[in-house]
Amino acid sequence: MRNLFRFIQRYHFFFFFLLLQVVALLLTLSSQHFQQAYLFHSSNTVSGYVYRTYNSISSYMHLREVNEQLLEDNRRLMERNRENFLITDQQVFKHEDSVSQRRYTYLNAGVINKSVNRRNNYMTLNKGRQHGIEPDMGVITGNGVAGIVMHVSDNFSSVMSLLHSDMLVSVKIGKNDHIGTLQWEGGDYRRTVMSYIPPHVDLSVGDSIFTSGHSRVFPENVFVGTIEDWEVRRGENFFTATVKMAIDHNKLSLVYVVKNLMREEQEELESAVPGDIQF
Amino acid sequence: MFRWKLLLMFFAIVLLQVLILNNVYLGGYINPQVYVLFVLILPFDVRGWHLLLMAFFLGLLIDVFEDSLAIHTASTVMLAFARPFVLKLLTGKQPDDAGDVPSFRTLGTMTLFVYSLVLILIHHMVLFFMEMFHFRDFTETIFRVVISGGLTLLFVIIGFALFNRPTSKR
Repeated sequence: MRNLFRFIQRYHFFFFFLLLQVVALLLTLSSQHFQQAYLFHSSNTVSGYVYRTYNSISSYMHLREVNEQLLEDNRRLMERNRENFLITDQQVFKHEDSVSQRRYTYLNAGVINKSVNRRNNYMTLNKGRQHGIEPDMGVITGNGVAGIVMHVSDNFSSVMSLLHSDMLVSVKIGKNDHIGTLQWEGGDYRRTVMSYIPPHVDLSVGDSIFTSGHSRVFPENVFVGTIEDWEVRRGENFFTATVKMAIDHNKLSLVYVVKNLMREEQEELESAVPGDIQF
Repeated sequence: MFRWKLLLMFFAIVLLQVLILNNVYLGGYINPQVYVLFVLILPFDVRGWHLLLMAFFLGLLIDVFEDSLAIHTASTVMLAFARPFVLKLLTGKQPDDAGDVPSFRTLGTMTLFVYSLVLILIHHMVLFFMEMFHFRDFTETIFRVVISGGLTLLFVIIGFALFNRPTSKR
């Protein structure tokens, strides 16, 4: 017994190293599977406040770009305004009624931290649970998909960016509604990959890609990007297209969080069907 | 006095890393990890378990900020573990002036360079392979280790040059 103690004392450096390394590995593996490993996300209080303080200073540098972006969003919305259209067919009668029921609402939030230079990238938003943000809500901007909320604290939320290996988005080609899957393969943060496009589909450079609406997270027809190139990868029977993303993840500063009001109803129904359903 | 300086440096280097260097975007995903300088610059006579514990909390804090599970913790602890062995290999024995820190003056330019290079490579190797969690993109990951490591080395050498000036004058 005494020899054992002496042995441990002699090699205490090694044993202490082993202990800390095992703790680190356990933290890594456990927080991968349990999303509630609360301390280790940038939505936690300490890092959230540091990022917010820093952001309140540095955000002044991007004001011009942000304003231009807002102006552009406003313009697009104004064009949809009903007053812009002349009603030529007097037979059609239209008014607000209870036929259409609201499915999505939007919350605005600011990005206070983000990365694009890792394999798995995240963002931190300056709003959290008390503002109504919940895990698994979609995050978009005026012109594209940005990510999905993963964790929330009272005042902050951390978002899995489109630039993450676990982030799969169901998308479609605008002109013919063919569905594919969007997943970032690393490298260039402005380009991502759409796979599983059937080989008979007619593709051309510049085709627009939108969200398919086959999910509980994003509404249909949110713009994602445009096709740049495509190929048939070895051993596959599908087209794999390179998509240039509409948003610049490195410049994100203001985003909208999508709340699906019918999410629970859809989830309940779909939980009866076995198998994975992607975002 | 020295402890306060160390604590200040600890937080300063974490903030430098997470607020400034993590926003550096240099083609592909290259990310200098300059916070390792803190572990490299600790005095020669630092106790083994102090060294490991400081490395552990440094990595943990970086992880909290970066949403990166505990991969920085694991790689920084590995770096701290390797440090005494690398030092012993390079200098043969413990330097006489025990309170000294590694610097251009105490180690010499060449030894300091090799010391930083070897430890940074160990750190980045663990870090980037843990980030991938598989060995599929082996060459790509090695490429990232080399490029990011080179950049980290550059910053660390600059850091050594800056931090050691006051003590070398004394």
